[in-house]
Amino acid sequence: MDDRVQQAAVSLVEGRTLRCRGAWTMPDVAPVERALRRMTWPARSALVFEASGIEAFDTGGAVVLYRALMEARRQGCEVSIQGLRPDYAQLMSLVSSHWAAMVAEVAPRQNGSERFRASIRNRVAQGAGALEFLGESATALVRLVASPRRLRWRSCLNSLRLDGVHALPITGLLTFLIGVVIAYQGAEQLRKFGTNIFIVDLVGISLLREIAPLIAAILIAGRSGSAYAAQIGTMKVTEELDALQTFGLSPIELLVLPRVLALVVALPLLTAYADVLGVFGGMLIASNQLNVSFTAFLSRFEEAVALRHMLIGLGKAPFFAVIIALVGCYQGFQIRGGVDDVGRHTTISVVQSIFLVIIFDAICSILLNWWNL
Amino acid sequence: MKIEVRGLTKTFGSATAVGGVSFVVNEGELLGLLGPSGSGKTTVLRLIAGLEVPTAGDIFIDGKRVNDLTVQERNIGFVFQHYALFKHLTVFDNIAFGLKIKKWNRRDIDQRITELLALMSLEGLGGRYPHQLSGGQRQRVAIARALAPRPSVLLMDEPFGAVDAKVRQELREWLIRLHTDLNVTSLFVTHDQEEAMEVSGRIIVFSKGKLEQAGSPADVYEEPATEFVARFIGSMNIVAGVVRHGQVQVGSLEFPAPGFSDGQTLQVGFRPYYVKVAEDPARYRQQAKLRHIYFLGVAYRLEIETPDGLILRSRMNKEEFRRCHFTVGQAVSFAVTHFRILPQEGAGPAIEAKPGSPIAGPLTP
Repeated sequence: MDDRVQQAAVSLVEGRTLRCRGAWTMPDVAPVERALRRMTWPARSALVFEASGIEAFDTGGAVVLYRALMEARRQGCEVSIQGLRPDYAQLMSLVSSHWAAMVAEVAPRQNGSERFRASIRNRVAQGAGALEFLGESATALVRLVASPRRLRWRSCLNSLRLDGVHALPITGLLTFLIGVVIAYQGAEQLRKFGTNIFIVDLVGISLLREIAPLIAAILIAGRSGSAYAAQIGTMKVTEELDALQTFGLSPIELLVLPRVLALVVALPLLTAYADVLGVFGGMLIASNQLNVSFTAFLSRFEEAVALRHMLIGLGKAPFFAVIIALVGCYQGFQIRGGVDDVGRHTTISVVQSIFLVIIFDAICSILLNWWNL
Repeated sequence: MKIEVRGLTKTFGSATAVGGVSFVVNEGELLGLLGPSGSGKTTVLRLIAGLEVPTAGDIFIDGKRVNDLTVQERNIGFVFQHYALFKHLTVFDNIAFGLKIKKWNRRDIDQRITELLALMSLEGLGGRYPHQLSGGQRQRVAIARALAPRPSVLLMDEPFGAVDAKVRQELREWLIRLHTDLNVTSLFVTHDQEEAMEVSGRIIVFSKGKLEQAGSPADVYEEPATEFVARFIGSMNIVAGVVRHGQVQVGSLEFPAPGFSDGQTLQVGFRPYYVKVAEDPARYRQQAKLRHIYFLGVAYRLEIETPDGLILRSRMNKEEFRRCHFTVGQAVSFAVTHFRILPQEGAGPAIEAKPGSPIAGPLTP
C-alpha cells in the first residue's frame, strides 16, 4: 500500500461525529467493517459521518459506509454525511441505488438441515427427470412397435457398425487377456492339489457366466455410452436437437431408439465373441502351465460347463445394453449450456452405467442363486 | 401473422427467466428483442416457438392461442444462434429437411430450393456440406432452412452473433432487404444495441426477464423510459446528485429539477455529444482537464475530468476536433447542453419525460 495513505479507521467522537479516515478500499476496509458492526450507536440523536478524511474509496468501502448509515438510521439516529468527495459520493449513490438488488443476490447461508433438504429436493427432481426420460423412451418404443416403418434403419446400422463391429478387436483382446489371467491365478492353486483338470470349470463357468458379459458391458459403457452422451450433448449445445423439434421430429425416436436397439443386438454378440476368446486364453495357459491339452480341455468343457451358464451370461447382455444406452443418452440430454458440461456428463454417464451394470449383475447373481440356477 | 404475448412467465426452479411480459408483434413487422445476456430474451423466443413451456401466460399467433400446440403445429421458422445445421447433410438436404417431413413431392422441393438458394445468394452451393461453408453462408443456409416450409412467423436467436464484424454488417443489410421482399413477421434476439437499432422497425428492451421499453429505435434512444435503457442503449454520462433548491447538484454542475423535493438523490444522464468542450478556458463556464482522446473513425471521443473528480465523455466530430488543438492534460472548459433526469432503477417508467419538458431540457452554458 502507498505509505502516504493511512490505514482505514473510524472513531466516534463525543457520541455525535463518526470520524472516518484513511483508505476505505478492499481488502483493507475489513477492520473498519468489524469496528462498525460492534459500534453502539447513540440512541435517537443527530449523527454526522465526517468523511473528509477518507483518502481512497471503492465500492467495498462504499458498501461498508452505506451499511453503517442504514444501521444507524435503523436505530433512530438522524444521520448525515459530510465532506465526502463528489466522486466518492457518486460511488455511494451507485451502491445505494443497487442496494436492494445486491442484498437480494447474496443468498442467505443455509444451515445443515436446509442443505440436506435442498439436496433431497434436487435428487427427487433428478429422479423425476430420469423417470420422465424413461417414460418418453418407452412410449417412443411403443409407437415404434405399432408402426415399425418409423425405425431409422440407417441410423441403427451405423450404430451397430460403430458400437459393435468396431469394438471387436478391443473386446476380443481384453477378454483373451482376462482368460489368461484367470487361468494363471487358478493354476497356482490347482497345482497344489493336483487337480489340474478343474481349470476348465474355473475358466469356463466364471467367464461365460460373469466375466465376459461384464467386461464387454464395461468396455461398451466406456466406448459407446460415453460417445452417446457426447454426441447427443453436442447436438444439444449446437441446438440441433431444438432444430429437429421445430421440424416436428422427436429426438428420442430419432436418436435414442436406434442406439438402444443397436446395442441390444450388438452386446450379446460381443459377449459371445468374448466368451470364445476368453476361453481360448484360458486354454492356452492350461496347456502351457498345467499340461492340460486342448483336446482334454475341450472334452472336459463339454461335460463340466452346462449350457445354462452361457445362456445366463448372454441373457444378461441385452439388459446391460439397455442400461448403458439409456444412461448415455439420458446424460446427453441433461447437458445444459456449454462445452465443459459435455465433458462432465460424459464422465457421469460412464460411472453411472458401470455402476448400474454391476448392481444389476449382483442382483441377478443373488436371484439365480435362490432359484438354484 | 400477428404475434401477441400476454403475461408470459417462465421460471426454472427458483430462478425467474421471464417475469410477466406482454407485447405485440404486428403483421409483417421486423422486431428486435434487445437485452444483455441473461435478460430472458432468448427464453421469450423459445417460448413463442414452443421449445419451452411457459409457467404462466398466453401466446397468440394470428389471434389463436397456441400454448397447447406443438412446435411444428405453430408453423414457425426458427434460426438458431449456432446455425444448428445438420452436419451430415448437404446444403440442399438441410434446406429440404422440413419439406421432406411435410411430404412435399420431389418436384416442388427441387423448385422451392432452387428459389431459396437464389434468394439467399447461395447458387451452386447446394451440394456442399456445412463444414465447407463460411460462417455467413452457414447462417444464410440456416435462414433458408427455416423459411423453406413457408412459416407464418420467423424467429431468429442472435442470428449474426457467431460471424465476424464485416460479415455481420453484410448480413444485416441482407436481412433488411430479405424482410422487405418477403414481408414475413419476424422477431429476432440480439444483445447488440447497434444491430437492433439498424435492423429492426421496433425494439423491445429486456432486462432481468422484464420488459423495460418498447418503441422505435429513435424513441428508445432519445427517450429511454428507464435508467437501465438509458445505460444500455448508446453511450451516456450518468451522474448522481442531491436536489437543493430545485437543482440537482453534482460538484460544480447544476441541473434544474423543478418539482423534486430537496434532499432527494437523482440520476442525471446526458449523451456525450451534448457535452461541448473548448480549449479556451473562458468559452464555457465549467472547467476540466482533458484526460484522454480516443479516435473512433467517424469522430473523436474526449474524456475530461472535472476538479471534483467527475469523469465525463464527450463526442466531437472531426471538423470541430481539427479546429481545436487539443493536447492530453491541458485545461479545457465545457458545458452540458442537454440532459435528462433518469427514472429511478426499479421504479419503472413512472416519469414521463419529453425533450424540452422541465425535467429534460437544454441548459444555457
